[in-house]
This record gives sequence, C-alpha cells and structure tokens, in this order.
Amino acid sequence: MSQQTIEQTTTEAGDSPAAGMEVRNLSAYYGNFLAVKDVSMPIERGKVTALIGPSGCGKSTFIRCLNRLHELNRGARVTGQALLEDQDIYASNVDPVQVRRVIGMVFQKPNPFPMMSIYDNVVAGIKLNNARKSRSELDEIVERSLQGAALWDEVKDKLDHSGASLSGGQQQRLCIARTIAVEPEVVLMDEPCSALDPIATFKIEELIAELKERYTIALVTHNMQQAARVSDYTAFLLSGEERYGRLVEYGPTEQIFTRPQEAETEAYITGKFG
Amino acid sequence: MREEQVVEISGETRPRTFAGDRTTGKSRHALILQGDTRFRFRKAISGLMAAIVAACTVFGVAILWIILGYVLVRGLPALDLAFFTERPMPYGEVGGGVAPAILGSLYLIAVACAIGLPLAVMTAIYLSEYAHGRFGDAVRFVIDLLAGLPSIVVGVFVWTLIVINTGSFSGLAGAVALAIIMIPIVARTVEAILNLVPNSMREASLALGVPTWKTIIRVVLPAAKSGIITGVVLAMARAGGETAPLLMTTLGNQFFNFDLMQPMAALPVQIYNYAVAPYADWHTKAWGSALVLITLIGLLSLLTRWAVRSQKLVES
Amino acid sequence: MQQTEPVRGPSRIRLDVDASGRGDRIFEGATKAAAWAILGLLGIIIILLIFESRNIFGHQGIGQFLFTTTWDPVFLEFGVFAFIYGTVASSLIGLLLATPVAVGAAVYIVEYAPSWLRNPVSFTVELLAAIPSIIYGLWAVFILGPVMRFHVEPFLQTYFGPIPIVGGLFEGTPIGRDILTAGVILAIMILPTIMAISREVLTQVPDTQREGMHSLGATKWEVIRGAVLPYARAGIAGAAILGLARAIGETMAVTMVIGNASTSITGSLFEPGYTMASAIANQFREADSQVYLSAIVAIALVLLLIATIINILARILIHTLVGRHNSSTRIG
Repeated sequence: MSQQTIEQTTTEAGDSPAAGMEVRNLSAYYGNFLAVKDVSMPIERGKVTALIGPSGCGKSTFIRCLNRLHELNRGARVTGQALLEDQDIYASNVDPVQVRRVIGMVFQKPNPFPMMSIYDNVVAGIKLNNARKSRSELDEIVERSLQGAALWDEVKDKLDHSGASLSGGQQQRLCIARTIAVEPEVVLMDEPCSALDPIATFKIEELIAELKERYTIALVTHNMQQAARVSDYTAFLLSGEERYGRLVEYGPTEQIFTRPQEAETEAYITGKFG
Repeated sequence: MREEQVVEISGETRPRTFAGDRTTGKSRHALILQGDTRFRFRKAISGLMAAIVAACTVFGVAILWIILGYVLVRGLPALDLAFFTERPMPYGEVGGGVAPAILGSLYLIAVACAIGLPLAVMTAIYLSEYAHGRFGDAVRFVIDLLAGLPSIVVGVFVWTLIVINTGSFSGLAGAVALAIIMIPIVARTVEAILNLVPNSMREASLALGVPTWKTIIRVVLPAAKSGIITGVVLAMARAGGETAPLLMTTLGNQFFNFDLMQPMAALPVQIYNYAVAPYADWHTKAWGSALVLITLIGLLSLLTRWAVRSQKLVES
Repeated sequence: MQQTEPVRGPSRIRLDVDASGRGDRIFEGATKAAAWAILGLLGIIIILLIFESRNIFGHQGIGQFLFTTTWDPVFLEFGVFAFIYGTVASSLIGLLLATPVAVGAAVYIVEYAPSWLRNPVSFTVELLAAIPSIIYGLWAVFILGPVMRFHVEPFLQTYFGPIPIVGGLFEGTPIGRDILTAGVILAIMILPTIMAISREVLTQVPDTQREGMHSLGATKWEVIRGAVLPYARAGIAGAAILGLARAIGETMAVTMVIGNASTSITGSLFEPGYTMASAIANQFREADSQVYLSAIVAIALVLLLIATIINILARILIHTLVGRHNSSTRIG
C-alpha cells in the first residue's frame, strides 16, 4: 500500500465511531519480574496503532494488558490505568470478562476452535453473551462477520466444516471474523501475520485497513514494513540493559519512520539493531 | 437489562456498513463493563462450576484419607507381638498372627523378581538401545497389552499351566504369576528411563573404544540406576498387593512354608480369608493385616525415594 | 577416530573386530531374545487359554456359552451371559460415577489450583491407585456395604422406586451386597486412573485455545466448557475407557461385595450378581470335571479379549490428542 493511501484512509477514518483508549503509567509484572514499565500512550479511535520493537521488548505483554489477558498468567499483575474512553478497564468495579467482550484479540498463531464448525467458530462469542438468538439472526451475523473478515466467498459453501480444515491465512481470517462477530470496540492484534505466507499476510493487511473503518485497532508487529504500510500511529518499545520494556517513542507513523525524535528509534528503524 | 449498569461511553452511533441492523435499537457504544443480569448469571454459573470441580477434588483426596483412616483405626488394635511372630490359629479360634503371610509375601516377591526382572530389564535394554522399526513397536505394543491384562486372567493362565499340570498349588506358581504382572511395568519404566540417558554419555564411552555392550552395562545402566530402582519398586508394590492371581496359584497356607512346590501364605490372600470368615476376631486381624500390607508398600516406596535421593547426592 | 597409520614396532592398537564384536553380538542377541520371550509370553497365554477352553466349546458351542444364563455345573450347562451382564452393569455404574468426578478433579487441578497445590493434590488422588484391590474389598465389605444397605439404598428406593422404569433399577431388598455397591467401589478404584490421564490430556490443550475463548468475553467456566473440554474430548474418552478396562478386569473388591448369588438378570441394581472375574475367583476350586474347568478358562479368555480390545481402543483415542499440534508459548 502506498504512502498516499495511508494518508487517505487516515483522514477518512477520522470520524470513526469506535471507542479509543488511553494508557496511563501502565506497568506489567510476571511475579516480581517487571516486564513492561510505565507506558503512557493513546490508542486513537478508528485508527491503527502499531507497536514495534525488537523481540523481548514487552510489546506482546503490553498489548495483552489492554484486554486484561495478561493477568491470566500465574503470578502476573498490572499497575496503572488503561482507559476505554473515560472508563478505566482496571477499575475495581470492572469485570475483566466484560472487558474482553468489548476489546477483542487476534493472536500470533491462528487459534480457531478445532472441534467446532466454521459457523460455530464465528458465533462462539455471540452464544456466550446472548443465548437466545434465532437461527436467522445467527445466520446473518455469520455472513456479516465472514464478509467483514473477507472470508465469506471462500467458505460460504462449507460452513459446517471444521475450523481446523482451513489454510493458515483462512484460519486467521476466521479468528478475525470470530472477534468482530461480537462487535467489539477495539481489536488487538498480536503479530497476526507472523505464522502466514506473504499472500495471506497481504490479505490480512488489506483487511486491517478495512477494519479500522469500524474498529480501533492495536497491532503488534516485528515487521517494520508492515507497521509502515498499515498503521496510522506507531509506538516503539525497547528493553535495554534494564531488561524491562519501556516506551521509547510514540507518534504518527510517518513521523516515526521519517523523522524519529529519539536516537534509539532511529537506530532501530534503520536496522542498526534488533 | 438494567439501565443503571449500562455505562454509556459515547453518544455517537456507528454508521452501518454491514448488512442489516442490530436487533436492539440501542447505541452500539453502550459499553457494559460491570455487566447486566444475564452476565451476573453467567458469572454465577462459572463460580458454581468452580466450586463443583473443587468439590470433586476434595472428594478424591478425602476418600483416600477415609480409607487409610479406617485401615489405621481398625487395624491398630490387632497389632501385637504375636501378630508378627505367630502363625494363624485354626478356623474359628482366637489369637495367633500372620507371620507366615508376611514372610510368604516377601519370599514370593523375591522369587518373582528373580524370574521377571532379568527378562524385563533385558527387553527394556533391547528396546532402548537396539530396537528400531516395526519389531520394537510390536514389542512395545505387546508390553502395553500385557500391562492391561486383568490380573485374574494371569491367575487363570498360571493355574492351568502349573497348578493343574503339577496337581498342586505352589509358591512357584504364585511367583510366576507375580512375575508376569511385574514384567510389563518394569519393562516400560526402565525403557523410558534408559531413553533419558543422554547420547553424549554413550558416545563418550564408545569413543574410548569401549564396546557397545560394555558401554551399556558400565555407563548407561549405572546412569539410569535410580530410575530403574524406582520402576522395580513400583512393580514390587503392585505385585505385593495382588490377590486374585495368588488365590489361584499359591492358595495360601496357615503354616510356615518355604518350599516353592508347596502352597505358600501371602498377606493379601490372608486378608481375604480373614475378611470373608464370620468371626469378629478374624475381621480385626484382616484390618491389622491390611495395615501391615499398606505399611509395607508405603515403606518400600519411601525407602526407594530415600535411596534414590542419596544416590543422586553422591553423583552430584 | 582411530588413526591407522603404521606404527613402529609391533602395533599395540588392536583393530581386531572379533574381540569386541563378538561380545556385542552376544549381548544384542540376548536382549533380543528377551524381547522375543515377551512376545512369546502373550502368545502362550492366548494359545493356552484357547487350548484349555476347547472342551467347553466342543461340549456346547460358543453361542450357548456366551448367550445363555444357565450356569449349572451339576448338569454341565455353562452359560455366562449373567456374568457378562454383571460385569458390564457394575463397570458402567463405576464409569458413570467416576468419570464426572475424575474429570472435575482434573479440571480443578489443571485450570484452577494454585501451582503449589497442583502436585500434592494430584499425587494424593493418584495414591488411590496404589491401594491394593483387597483393601478396597475389605473396606467395601465392612464400611461401604453397610452404608449402602442402611442409608443409600433405602434412600434411592424411597425417592426413585415409585418412578416408572427408573424404579425398576431399585427393586428388591437393599442388602448392600449387590451390583450397585460393586459399581460404587469400582468407581472409587478407577477414579485415579481417569483423573491422572484426563489431567495429562488437559495440560496438552494449548493455551492459545483458552486465550481465544477468553478474548471473546467468556467466563472461566465458559472457556473450559467451550474450548478446553472439547479440545480434550478424545483424550478424556480414552481415559474413561482405560478406567472401564480396569473395572472390567477388577476381581477381589468386586467379588467381596457383589453378592455372588444370582445367575438371573432382573434389571434391579439391588440384585446380587456375578462378574466374570468374580465367577472365576469363586469357582475355580470347584472345577471337578474337564468341562467345568474348561468353562472357567473360557471365561478368562472372554475377559482377555474384552480387556485387550478396550485397551487398544483407549490408546487410539488418547493418541489422537497427543499427536496434535502443540501450543506456542509467548514472550513479548
């Protein structure tokens, strides 16, 4: 995707209805080990925010704090705030299960539920939240979600096949369909293309550009070209000698890649390390 | 849906680019972070199931302690010096002990080890060091089938093979039955342990010009010693508790006997004979014998753990 | 690598293949012979049992042996169907009672228990498997039997007896030595088997499956029910079937509480019964004729075949899960 298209979509997405996020002084721990320290940054609504950095910099840990998935690890905890609009998802009266309902996630490795059909994979989240939906309502949601994930034409004749029967790229789009079926506000993507071939990767990238029309997207990637192609804002994380990850720089993607403010960012994007 | 639980994040409505509209006329931005009634119901179910699976675990742990507790409480009154030194009284009489059964069990296990261990360990060595391909897989499969054989079937086999042909129940028949039960257990565990010995150890020895068979005996087996002992003791503990095959082969004996061609006493068989008899004193003795049997099995495992641990300390 | 350059004087290096090669050949041959002996052992067991049961099949035919319920040594009529029924009924009760509890405990240990509690708890439950069958029998005769007779069975009869069809299961006088009591003790005995394998299988479920369900807004239980248990389904079925195999072959504990009385099939769980294993254990000493003896061996043969088939089935099921792709762990 050319530079021009990025700017085009950026302006178009300006009036997107999805909720944005604001991270304030967020730190993540595994037991006593500090993995991510004191990150503050926005996740702009209706935009794609890329998180880049060398492996081990805590970007995956960080994104998993944004839907309270991190705390499922034994001994893991989080301090600080992550606001969804004006509501802190770490507030004591907020239930993490509801947070994950509103902030969905797509993972590094496609993880469709192998014992469910394609159809059941898509409605898995709907069935949790709303047990009594008519068959026609569910059919409609399945079609809409699979179209939203650009998978409908490929699977519409085999909705009863196992989700595991699809190719890797199709599986990942099925996971995206499953995520958007529950109509979240934010979709978190943790290196969604790292297990895919270039063609499947291209399709996912195209899809991301479409998805931000309706959802706020945060994307972890180790691929700088990918970040430059699909994101509007970029955050660069790094773990130096301290071993914990920290936010080095955040800004519009174009600025990060052309006029980085920090020497460390420049070193990274010019390939001097990592 | 109760209105006060709904946190409105934003008043905007999202433009519909997807086919069709949602069922509710509500703003798609209605963000429910605390949850509605249905969500509280789902949370309650989740909590209930957590309690249920925890209760399943408590049951599993409790039933063990209940059974062990009964054996201890009912068995302790039976234990006195005579219990360990004397032979059982004739049918219906009070007093006596289970000394022949204790000695018989130990003797039977020892003979079973003598018969079964060489075969089992050699097979394990073959599987781990030499076997490649189908024959090895076939042997492993057969070992699994032997392990899954009901012990009463082993009893019937030895009964027809030895007892009927020799015309007499005998300690030897019992030991053969126990050996058949031990062989698959030992062969499986020892093969697994030998597979854990790093290849670098074998190569180091082979590089010194030591032949393969000496490498196995002098390097591989010693390195796996603690694991082999554990596997053997596991099998001994299992064999020591076997009743059905012994009932059909050694039969049991009220007297001291160390002639392998004669019926021999064994603790599990003694428990059975005491338990099914209609005398309260014998029932107490059954519990006492059960306590002794469990203690022997427990001691055996504890001793092994201790032996294995001290050996590891020496190595390191 | 040995250097084979010529050395001055008589060589001290021995490249004599036979010296070590012979030892290797002998040793390998010996171990291979042991492996063959194990194959032979199973072969001999099967052949001997078939050979020794020839008299009964010659006497009355396989069909009458397997599918009639008259077991009358005096008139030399041997039908084992009631024994097969007793075996299947008591084992199924054991399986139905044990599986939910065992899987529940496995789920608790894998999904809920704090890490310091995991190993002690599963070790304790697995200790149940180390208790000899005779001790279960002793406990069942003196503790479980009376509890069943005076509390559980009257309760079941009072509340379920009047219900049509279901009530038929609870007819007769509660005596505490019947198919139901045998089923309960079997349930306790196969609990550790099913629990241990289910736990193993549940730990094989990749975390990505759990995370996928969590990220849709599922509660903890919905994650388990929707993602974890379906993924582990085949393995749990295998665990249950291995438990069933153990129940079917179990002898002493069952023999001591199942009553060993009836050769008729009434359908009531309060009826004393016989299992194949308990019939062997109770009657082998009375086998005073060739045909009677042969009938007892034939029961063992049937038991062997059933146990073998079930074991193979269970292993196939457990294998399907373990062979599948594994989870990827994540480091940010």
